[in-house]
Order: sequence, then structure tokens, then C-alpha cells
Amino acid sequence: MARAATTQRKIINTAFAWMVGLLIFFPIMWTILTSFKTEATAIADPPVWFFFDWTLDNYRVVQERSDYSRFLWNSIIIAGGSTFLGMLIAIPAAWSMAFVPSKRTKDILLWMLSTKMLPAVGVLYPIYLIFIKFGLLDTRIGLTIVLMFINLPIMVWMLYTYFKEIPGEILEAARMDGAGLREEILYVLTPMAIPGIASTVLLNVILAWNEAFWTLNLTAAKAAPLTAFIASYSSPEGLFYAKLSAASTMAIAPILILGWFSQKQLVRGLTFGAVK
Amino acid sequence: MSIRTSLGIASALAIATATAGHAQDLSGTVTIATVNNGDMIRMQGLTADFNAQYPDITLEWVTLEENVLRQRVTQDIATRGGQFDVMTIGTYEVPIWGENGWLVSLNDLPDEWDADDLLPAIRDGLTVDGELYAAPFYGESSMVMYRTDLMEAAGLEMPEAPTWEFIREAASAMTTDNTYGICLRGKAGWGENMAFLSAMANSFGARWFDEDWNAQFDSEEWANTLNFYMDMMGEYGPPGAANNGFNENLSLFQQGRCGMWIDATVAASFVTNPNDSTVADQVGFALAPDNGLGKRGNWLWAWSLAIPAGSQQTDAAKAFIAWATSKDYTALVAENEGWANVPPGTRTSLYENAEYLEAASFAEMTLRSINSADPTQPTVDPVPYTGVQFVAIPEFAGFATEVGQEFANALAGQQSVEVALERAQALTTDAMESAGY
Repeated sequence: MARAATTQRKIINTAFAWMVGLLIFFPIMWTILTSFKTEATAIADPPVWFFFDWTLDNYRVVQERSDYSRFLWNSIIIAGGSTFLGMLIAIPAAWSMAFVPSKRTKDILLWMLSTKMLPAVGVLYPIYLIFIKFGLLDTRIGLTIVLMFINLPIMVWMLYTYFKEIPGEILEAARMDGAGLREEILYVLTPMAIPGIASTVLLNVILAWNEAFWTLNLTAAKAAPLTAFIASYSSPEGLFYAKLSAASTMAIAPILILGWFSQKQLVRGLTFGAVK
Repeated sequence: MSIRTSLGIASALAIATATAGHAQDLSGTVTIATVNNGDMIRMQGLTADFNAQYPDITLEWVTLEENVLRQRVTQDIATRGGQFDVMTIGTYEVPIWGENGWLVSLNDLPDEWDADDLLPAIRDGLTVDGELYAAPFYGESSMVMYRTDLMEAAGLEMPEAPTWEFIREAASAMTTDNTYGICLRGKAGWGENMAFLSAMANSFGARWFDEDWNAQFDSEEWANTLNFYMDMMGEYGPPGAANNGFNENLSLFQQGRCGMWIDATVAASFVTNPNDSTVADQVGFALAPDNGLGKRGNWLWAWSLAIPAGSQQTDAAKAFIAWATSKDYTALVAENEGWANVPPGTRTSLYENAEYLEAASFAEMTLRSINSADPTQPTVDPVPYTGVQFVAIPEFAGFATEVGQEFANALAGQQSVEVALERAQALTTDAMESAGY
């Protein structure tokens, strides 16, 4: 009886999880489906689901009109670069907060996180003017720096949470064995915190990849990443939904593939320390 | 060979050499900010022709969503960021930015560009104190697009210049289980529902401001406008119309779900294109409606190319603009894509071209619509501003979008017309007082 109830509950839970999963995945699936339709089929009423003449024409048009590889390369550099630079700062910062805390550590952490609550548009003009002054407008390095600073609080906070889970005694033991600060972080702390570091890296790559406010406002022709590529297919006068969907699919494909292959690490990292 | 002929050939050679020499002199990278409209996309595809004439000029395109484009170019121009050398802007921005000294005058474009060929209404909208600050790429007004088959089935005949009462009568007669009699913009935004409602209000005798810049939403004319619009949309319009802008209505019309649609003349080429529209051969056109007060409910707009004052590539940018807005460019598009696809609404010569008139069934009505719009005297009663569907002051975009939200809420049934008008009056008055009017 008890087994039957458990099985029934499992089925219900599984069905519910699938339903939620499908609901979340639906917009992405619809975008991908639309990208293979003609413009007329894309706006058909009632909507056409799977039975239509599949075409790659939208991908061909998008590829002809836009230099996809340039946008992709910019996205890789900006997302990868900002995450790498951020980790260089965030790992030592999180280490010091986790293992050498001061009276103000909690306040500093909260303050860092509170900067995320500031609407980005509030600092748009100051940053724009600084960028003009230093010649950083429409450059990959400029955007890399901005996105690094934008995501730094999240990086530090996440790493701090993971580091706090590591017993300080292990680090003490390493110190007693003669490890310096560099060895302690590189050879003891980092290997133990790999899942946490991996999920922090992944999450920040995703955040930087999808960031659309700064990437649209601080770039023009040279440093524009894939977010600008998608935006360029939105039209005020004309129905280009199929082409817009093709551009969106091409833009999200790399990050979807990355997410698919690293989902285990991502989930493990995100739930690390959540249950004690 | 006579002396006269020899002199003629020598002169022609000299001009050709001088032109070629000038073309070769121009070099550099011209960054163009534009929107993703069909005509702009076509232009990007034809730049090989420009590069054949100017091999040392490199064109870089930045295509942005319309609202992002406005924000980006405003930001860039105000801070002199110098990101763009050519910007795609409309008749709302040009007079304001031109007056601020933010744009480079285009009065010195070459004679063969033929400024006198521009449609007067469009040219006036882009000129400030005698200086042309932008070259029109394509122009538009608004008109009635209707289903000829449904109109006939309803036993009605659309006049060339209908009244609002006729439109309501036709909407009622054309509404069936599958078809909405009328589709109009409802989505909030100064360039969305407020473009339509401002133009419609003009034909009802309403206006945004009196001559002393006092908001006029408490007038009977505005109440009549909004009540008429709400009643007609409520009874014969599509459900969820408060979310419908240009593209949503285009989609409905192309699917055969609308009996009538009053919107931009540029839509005519979309709804008559058999590749996209299921009703391509059943579409008729008429002037925007009126109420017999001397003003029709049609607007005037031109997507135009302008050079920001901070550009370092002014000469190369002018060469590009002269190419993209020339009669030769029109002929180039016709040669490559057919006459029906040339950018409409900017030049008189296009509407004298028999090939164009034959290919574009909507050409005559487009021209009449554009010519009937008067941005300098848009309303029945006098006003202190220019602009048909907008008020050409910098603050307009902000408060008009808020007013648009109030009207969209009323259309969605969240508040009454009276409350929407009261709120519109209050927020417009506040905005104008804050701005020092």
C-alpha cells in the first residue's frame, strides 16, 4: 500500500516536473519552430505547430545579411573575458571574507549585493561619458570591464557561500605543512571548491552572454555581441518574425549547448550547501 | 566634328573627371544607424552600387530596434559620442534636433539630387529656418485599407474620402464571426496608439494644446474622439486590441481577419503582396476619414537620413545620403526588385512615373494622403506647435506615451473614457508646467 502511494506520488511529481519544464521551455521551442517557417506561416491564425513546409530560408537570409561570426566572436570574448577577469578578483575577495572575516564583512557583502538593486539606466550617462573620455565606446575591452563589474557582486557572493562550507581546519593543516597563501588558494581551496567555482563561472558566462542593456547601449558596429544581433531583426513596420526567430535561435544556440552539457555541474554548484 | 560638339564633349569629360576625382577623394568609414524596415534592408543589399562609385568609403551598418535607435542616437548626439555618421530619424526628431544645432545642414547636396523634386509636405517637415536637416528615405501618411469583397458583400461602396460615420457603418456591416469590422492601433506609445489618436482627434476638431500651451483633454472634442474610438473598437474591433500596434494589425489584416484597417500608407505594399497576404487581390484604399471640419485623420511621417553634428565623416556621409535618397537609387531598386518595392512617398517624379503607377495600385491614394497632411496647420483651431500626429517639442515623447497608456487602459476596460481623459489632462499639464511652458 505504502509502495503504491510512493509510486503514485512519483508519477504525479514526475508529471508535474515535466509540465513545469515544458512550460518554461515552450517559448524557446516556439522560437525554434518559427525559425523554420515562412513569414506567412509564422503569423498563421490558428497557429501551425509541426505540420508545415520546413525551410532553412530564414537562416540563409540572416547569414547573408549579418556577419554572425563577428557577433558570436564578440559575445565569446566579452562573456569569457568578463568572467575570467571577475574570477581573478572574486576568488581572493571571497577567500578573505570567508576565512579572514572582519566585523564589517557581512555589511560589505550586503552592500556589494545592494549595488545590483540600482537600476542600470541610472548610471548610463556617467558611464557613457567615461567611455567617450577614454575611447572605450564600441570596444570589446570596455564592455568586458563593465560586465565584469556588473556581475562581480554575484561572483563574490556565490564563491563566499561555497568557501564557507569548506572547513577552516583543512586550510590550517595546509599552513602547518608550510603552504603559503598562494599555495593555499591554488592547491587546497580551489580544488575543493571546483564545483562552486565551475557553477559561478557558468552562471556568469550565461549572465554576460544574455546581458542586453549595456551591450546595446555601449556598442555600435565593431564590438556588438549577439544581443545586438537579435535586436537588429526587430522591426517596427514589417512582419519578420521568422527571421527574428532564426536570429534568436542562432544567438542562443551556443549558450543552450553549453548549458546542456554542463547542467550537472550547474545544478550541483547551485545547490551546494543548500541542504545541511 | 563641329566646335560646339567638341566643346560639349570636352565639358562632359571635364565634369566626369571632376566627379570621379571628387568620388576618389572621399574615403573613410561611415557608420549608419538604422531600423529593420523592409526598405532599409533593401538599401543594405544594394550598397555595392554605392561602393562602385565610392570605392574608398566603407559602410558599416548598425541596425537597432526603433525605440533603442531613438535612445541611442539621442544619447550619442547629446554627448557628442561620435558613434554614428548617418542616422535614420523621423519627422518628429528633425525639427527639434535641427533647431538645437545637432544636425548638419544638407542644403549643399549636389544639384542633381534635386531638392525641388521632394514632396512639399515632406520637405517642409524636415526643414528648419530654410535649412534641410534630413533627406527623406521613405515617406508615409495614413489611409483606409479595406477588403473590397467584404465591402461588396455588405452592400456598401467605399467613397474615396469617407466620413467617420461611414466607417462606423461599414465596420458594423462587415463584422462577422470570423472578421472584425475595424482594426486600429491600441498599443500604448507616442508612435503607436497616440499617432493614430492624435491624427483622428485633429479630424474631430480636437488638439493637444491651445495657443497658450494649455492641455486640451478636458475639451468636448477629445471626449467625442475617444468615445467614438472606444465604442467602435469595443463593438467591431478585435479582442485584446489594447495590445495591437502596426505589426499586430498587419498580421490580422493579412490573415483576412479585418474588414478595414486605418494605418500607415507603407502597409499597402505589404497587404497587396501575394507572398505574404492572403487577401492581396481584395484590398481597396481610401483617404483617412473626416468629420466635415476640414481636417482628415491622416498623419505624416518620413524616415529620413541625417548627419549628427559630431560626425568626423561629414563629406562621405553626405555622399552616401545623396546616393540613398536620389532618383537614381529609386531606379536601381526598381531594376533589382520591381517598381512596387521602391521607397515611396518622397519625390514628385515617382508619382509621375507611369511604370510605378501601374505597378503600385496604392500610389495615387498614398500621394493624395501625403499631400492632404499639413504639419504646419494640423488642427481645426490654431495651435502653437507643428506636427500632425505629434507635437514637435522634446517633452512630447515622454508625456504622450503616458497619455497613450491611459487610453490603452481605457480600451482594455480598466478605466472609463472620462477617467482616462482626466488623467491625460492632469499629467500633460504637470509635464508642461515642469518643462516651463
